[in-house]
Amino acid sequence: MEGNGGNGGRVYVGNLDKSAKRAKQLVMGKLRMGKAVDWATAFSLWPVHLTTSCCGCEFAATWSPRFDAEQHGALPWVGARQTNMILIEGTVTKKMACAVRVTWEQMPSPKFAIAMGACAIDGGIFYNSYNIVRPWEIIPVDVYIPGCPPRPEAVARAIIELQRKIRKQRVASKWIEEGWRPDREYVKPKEDPCSWWRG
Amino acid sequence: MSLDQARRIVEEALSGIEYRVDEGKGFIEFIVAKENLVEAASRLKKAGFDHVKSLTVVDYKAEDKFKIVYHASSYLNEDLAKVIVGIGTEVPRSNPKVPTLVYVWRSVEFQEREVFEFFGIEFEDHPDLRLLLLAPQVAEKKPLRKDFIVKEEPIIRTKPPTG
Amino acid sequence: MSVWVYGEQKSELGLEGTITRKLEEDLYEVFIGPQHPGSGHMRIIVRIDGDIIVEADPDMGYVHRTMEKLSEGREWIKNVPLFERMAIHDACNVTVSYVMALERILGIEPPPRAKYLRTLLCEINRIAAHLYGFGIFGVFIGHSTMYMWSFADREVMVELAEKLTGARLTHSYPIPGGARRDMPQDFPQAARKAVRYFRRRLDEYRKIFLDNPVTRKRLEGVGIIPKKIAAELGVVGPVARASGIKYDARLAEPYDAYDEVEFEVPVYEEGDALARAWVKFEEIKQSLRIIEQAVDWLEKHPREAPIHERFWAKAPPLWKKVFEAEGRVKLLPLMANLKLPPGRAMARSETARGEIVYYVESDGKTTPYRVRIVSPSARNAIVFKYIAPGYKVMDLPTIYGSIDYFPPEADR
Repeated sequence: MEGNGGNGGRVYVGNLDKSAKRAKQLVMGKLRMGKAVDWATAFSLWPVHLTTSCCGCEFAATWSPRFDAEQHGALPWVGARQTNMILIEGTVTKKMACAVRVTWEQMPSPKFAIAMGACAIDGGIFYNSYNIVRPWEIIPVDVYIPGCPPRPEAVARAIIELQRKIRKQRVASKWIEEGWRPDREYVKPKEDPCSWWRG
Repeated sequence: MSLDQARRIVEEALSGIEYRVDEGKGFIEFIVAKENLVEAASRLKKAGFDHVKSLTVVDYKAEDKFKIVYHASSYLNEDLAKVIVGIGTEVPRSNPKVPTLVYVWRSVEFQEREVFEFFGIEFEDHPDLRLLLLAPQVAEKKPLRKDFIVKEEPIIRTKPPTG
Repeated sequence: MSVWVYGEQKSELGLEGTITRKLEEDLYEVFIGPQHPGSGHMRIIVRIDGDIIVEADPDMGYVHRTMEKLSEGREWIKNVPLFERMAIHDACNVTVSYVMALERILGIEPPPRAKYLRTLLCEINRIAAHLYGFGIFGVFIGHSTMYMWSFADREVMVELAEKLTGARLTHSYPIPGGARRDMPQDFPQAARKAVRYFRRRLDEYRKIFLDNPVTRKRLEGVGIIPKKIAAELGVVGPVARASGIKYDARLAEPYDAYDEVEFEVPVYEEGDALARAWVKFEEIKQSLRIIEQAVDWLEKHPREAPIHERFWAKAPPLWKKVFEAEGRVKLLPLMANLKLPPGRAMARSETARGEIVYYVESDGKTTPYRVRIVSPSARNAIVFKYIAPGYKVMDLPTIYGSIDYFPPEADR
């Protein structure tokens, strides 16, 4: 049934699930809301304040007046519930892996991850250590930043790269449309990272 | 104050206790029997060494022993602050148990917990002997012992990280 | 000994301590961390009665990266960049004592020029690290202007270090027997300019942070550590010096050029969070003095290879050519598999957060037999357990920030 609201407005009746889906398709696709969602998400990437390792020094400097990453619409925030990006700074130890996963699960989707430093890619200088895990085993990582530690400019660049990715590949709007992330299977750790804690 | 002067002070303090002197560069160590450790440490404290800088444990696997040394120094006595004096003992690897020195030097509390998890050395009568740094699964391996050898990870991975 | 009371010298001060008492009614357990405001990767499990902390149990190890074990499998020289990762904002200070321990085993002394170069970088790092500490402290107590200011000004010192070594944070500057490179020609002017800038700037820091009534209200009388308790707990660095303990590794066992340069060690008697902030503030002033003296000395004396003759004599001709042309010493090839004679050595140096102690044992191979590191933050962690009880939960960030706890360093 169409045309009840006048001016092209629609009212869907019948199966609620089906109607909701069609409404979502209309808003995200035909009405181009998806583009707006991508645009808005790209310029409000707020990293959660979880400092996993020593790259935090450069992480802090990235938001200092000299490098001012806030101009890209990113601002480290305290609570995991109000953020949509996680910035892994360097090594993730076995104990920290639990904290990373718990924080990641608390964040509302669409959410993104940047892994900073050589350690976050494959161990870096701590290769062969018995107490580290790779961040990509715990959460899905979007952008990697090489360097030990990466310069603050590199961190700002990674944020820009992530913005480009979100807007070009329409990651955020598809995520909302489909309910999950289409281009990446949702990483579930093979082992429970919190097993040490739960006993 | 030089190390020689410090040595004389400690030798005076430890009179009546059997000890062996181990010299290193920048410090001096007095190794006593396990039974005399608490007594020797409290005499050292009375002599003015009021805090422990480092609880150093070395695993001599070839000689089948752990060497446990408390490297102490002073804050309140500015002369003694210039030297580092160790008081320690040796225990066999099969039965690593030593009396705790927490009641002599409160500053060793966390370091003893650390040694407990890394070497599996038990400190008897320690008020709070729990894991400090490691997760229980890792602490089981007693990582700083010489017989724990880290497995080399392969450089080339079959499955590269996605992203 | 004269007592410094918040910038002025006074003879005596009557400051009443907060009474710690144990309450045993409805206790709540609160897990603070490892994801919490401010920078920090540790968890503190506190049990509170209403708003008062009854018990605090620091749960460390979130950044334990097994440095002591890794070092046993790596060559002597490779451990310098490894240990640097303990505190990358204070890289020279934490590695210089490891290098000194190696020098003691080898039985060599670096040439005076290398000593002054190392001292220079150590002091640059100390200022940068103190400013980092101030910035994080600002975040902790909600004073974001302090974060912005100190991180902006820290860049001045970071750039100075970059000019000297080529890296922002991880310099890997000291090597056994000397330093990696000489200073560039235009370094003295840049250093003097930075010192002038900081002298002017520090007064504004005092106005906006240390003498700010809001900050004083939050810091004064919080986390008091009396002198005797400080000695018993074995706390180090600004924490000990704020409690009246006149101990500084640079005074107790002068290393590098510290016995030749003039500086004072500020000591406060109050032992609270504000006194710790003041100690750091005064230390920045003293570090500026040392930088000036070191730069003067380096400018006056002719350039020579800042590495021990024993190593320099074996350098290939290309290395000497590069040194003559650019004043830069490339890392000598013999460093890669340097063999140390069997022996044991201990060395200590004063980092920004306190004294770091290395115990190094060699069995005559190219890798260490055992390296034991006791870092300042590891020794200061005990403060949480014994000092935090009795204060309010919201005083915990103040105590955390004021002891400048840096978890990667504590966990190693």
